[in-house]
Amino acid sequence: MDKAVFKALNGGASYNPSGRNSGLISLASVLLAAWALMWAFPALAANIGAGPEYREFPLIGSRVAVWVAAEVHLMFAAFVLGVPMFAVIVELVAMLTGEKKYDALAREFSKLVTLSTSITAIWGGILLFLLVTLYPKFWNYLSGIFAPTMWIYPVLFLLELVFVYLYYYSWDRMTEGRSKWVHFGLGIMVNVVGTILLFLANTWATFMMTPGGINPDTGELVSLFEAIYNFAWMPINIHRLIANVTFGGAVAAGYAAFKFMYSKTPEDKAHYDWMGYVGMMIAMWSFLVLPFAGYYLMREIYAYDQTMGITMMGGFLSWVWIIQALVISVLFLGLNYYMWCGLERIEGGERYQPYIKYLLTVLVLGVMVWATPHSLIATPEEVSAMGGAHHEVFGSLGVMSAKMTAVNLMILASAIGFMFYRRANKIATHPSAKMLNLVQGGIFGGAALIILYLGIDGYFVSPIVRVEKYSIWQVLLVLFAILSTTGLDVILFRNCRTTGGINWGRMAPRSQYALLLVAVAFTWLMGLMGYVRSISRQHWHVNKVLEDTSVDAFSPALGYVSTVVTACTIIFLGLVMLIFWINSLTEKKKAA
Amino acid sequence: MQFLKNALVQTVIVLLLGFVVLELVQPPIPLSLLMFYMSAIAVGMAVYSTSTTERMESFWAPIRTLLVSPSLKLLRIAVLTAIPAGAAVLTAFALIPSNSAPATLRVIHPAPPGSITFEGKPINLREAVNPFRELKGTDQQAFAGKVELGREVYFKNCFQCHGDHLDGEGPFAKAFNPRPANFQDVGTIAQLQESYLFWRIAKGGPGLPAESTPGRSAMPRWEGILNTDQIWAVILFLYEKTGHPPRTWE
Ligand code: HEC
Repeated sequence: MDKAVFKALNGGASYNPSGRNSGLISLASVLLAAWALMWAFPALAANIGAGPEYREFPLIGSRVAVWVAAEVHLMFAAFVLGVPMFAVIVELVAMLTGEKKYDALAREFSKLVTLSTSITAIWGGILLFLLVTLYPKFWNYLSGIFAPTMWIYPVLFLLELVFVYLYYYSWDRMTEGRSKWVHFGLGIMVNVVGTILLFLANTWATFMMTPGGINPDTGELVSLFEAIYNFAWMPINIHRLIANVTFGGAVAAGYAAFKFMYSKTPEDKAHYDWMGYVGMMIAMWSFLVLPFAGYYLMREIYAYDQTMGITMMGGFLSWVWIIQALVISVLFLGLNYYMWCGLERIEGGERYQPYIKYLLTVLVLGVMVWATPHSLIATPEEVSAMGGAHHEVFGSLGVMSAKMTAVNLMILASAIGFMFYRRANKIATHPSAKMLNLVQGGIFGGAALIILYLGIDGYFVSPIVRVEKYSIWQVLLVLFAILSTTGLDVILFRNCRTTGGINWGRMAPRSQYALLLVAVAFTWLMGLMGYVRSISRQHWHVNKVLEDTSVDAFSPALGYVSTVVTACTIIFLGLVMLIFWINSLTEKKKAA
Repeated sequence: MQFLKNALVQTVIVLLLGFVVLELVQPPIPLSLLMFYMSAIAVGMAVYSTSTTERMESFWAPIRTLLVSPSLKLLRIAVLTAIPAGAAVLTAFALIPSNSAPATLRVIHPAPPGSITFEGKPINLREAVNPFRELKGTDQQAFAGKVELGREVYFKNCFQCHGDHLDGEGPFAKAFNPRPANFQDVGTIAQLQESYLFWRIAKGGPGLPAESTPGRSAMPRWEGILNTDQIWAVILFLYEKTGHPPRTWE
């Protein structure tokens, strides 16, 4: 195995004369990662015997050590699994259209992945070592259940590394005809192996939440298949798969923003402006489906165990969702702001600027409703002035119905903003343009009104109707409105007149800060959601099967949580910056 | 009226207007919420003021003029003193000691335990269902009997706090903080599974976890006063009377 990697990488490094620097570093890190993985698994899964149940990590304690290692590992994993998904799609677009600029973009995306995959492996190693040394009891149990999957895992990881490096380093060699298709096949393999890896790792994490396939009293394994295919497995697989794309898009857009601001030449500026735009689009569209997946996951968890469901949604974690609402609001505002700023680089875009204020009003009102807590923080005087902890007017905004409505209207407003962006330099010449425009307006307006109506009526119907019918209708309405108006746009703007081109690169720097903000906010959000998923088990390593009897078994307070999540975000983004910097070393050589 | 077109002026006007409207709301909203709403409006205005280059310039223009124009020296000094002075005054007010209790956050619906022991017998809340619920489909008359039993239990034990109309407006209600739950409201029992209610009624306020301030809840613990059947019956009554179906996941 090592030999294969070595050969592949060695070859890779010499294929690309300008890539020597990063090639060497990559090689070193791959070997290190391989070493970590090879060592850790067989040696430590066995023979733990009668040692201590827990060990203490200095200074920060065992829990925080494992927490940070797991979260940073996960962030990297999400990034390196997400980016290849759209890299191959962009490559395919390039192959089908013959547009060189798409090919260059796909190549750049895949370049971000190489070193990051090695670093993912290293963090996986760190996590593993920490688990084994700090939580021997837990590790002993988990590895007892999942041993076979843990043997396959490192092998697959090496395979993934090989494909990732081959994919990038063979890019300039396999450019024509059939070899290009082979190259595309490599990209597909990166994704296939990556997805299997993700699903495997998810079995362990979801087993801890919703264990299956074991004897509930003794905890002994009855069926490995059911342990793997436990309750939360598929929902988490789907949720993470989508979130990875969004995350990859957001971080890639952040990378582009960073490069944009450093670019000296108009060509570079244009390239990175465009790359940022593509990354942002990927993040935005995949982000739209994420609530579905999240909803499915929550529903499954609720059905599995109301204690866990309420712990996550209504209990002491309910404030996490207020924080989540705030962070997602930042994402919404950031993405829309970026789009509005983008109107300036399009000739004709100024025609749509006056509408910004209306869209913004919807967004801000939406944020206000969405982040209104169910239980308010109030002093005793305020409580008696309100006549209870519930406020007559604003208290009713704290429930599902209001929040769902707010979010859907925010999505609708963003979709309208995007429609304006698309039309910014177009003038329809279709004979019944006026009519079609009216129809589109009617669809948006009608959808908004029905969503609002369902939201209000949602207060008066049973929860099952509200959750299973209304909230789904609302989302379907939003999707219908988006898809139908986009379809009409295609008809409307066939053979249209244009008011001018898109001046890529002529973008205000403040818009790029918005992209950076989105990347940071998204990373932070991932960290927060990771905490929620983990803490839903409360004082259990494996829910209701293996109890956490360590000193860290308590649930930490939110202020503390946000500090740790911030630390993870800083570590991740710091390392990402390092990777970007290392990558840029080869470029400088090219320029010289 | 030309100055109304200026982005900075508009920002100030919107913020003031927002503040006045929120202050006028009755009953008054807690400071925590007011601060949050005002921040949302402020962020919105910041986004708006920089959404186009033209607007951003219009926003900065008065500030720039104030900072550089030689003729505005007096005003400049006044503003630059007023800002730290204002901060100092606010700080001073914040430091005045007060005898009011700090703001608290109480979780209204905490997570229930996985299982409880009721009169010595373990009850698994994850699987527990109301034994009378199925009568609704099979034996209407028996079902009505159980609802009737629940009504009796309610009007002997609960209405003093939770009210004749189950709206939390019983004669004692105003004396308690937190107030007795309003079962008509969609935010209470309509959101909960029946086993959750069983836990709340059996264990009362004292059975709440720490984040729900068990010491403050006036909800009595009914274990030892009501038996299992009576509790399931009163739960049936609560849902029948309010017309809310209990939460289920099937
Ligand atoms: C002394 C007043 C008092 C009496 C009597 C009383 N309750 Fe309560 N009850 C409260 C208060 C106060 C609350 C809200 C605080 C809390 O959640 O503990 C409450 C909460 C509840 C809740 C929780 C609702 C929710 O949304 O979480 C249920 C269920 C409930 N009561 C049922 C009953 C039933 C049934 C009876 C009669 C057997 C009863 N209560 C009698 C004061 C009372």
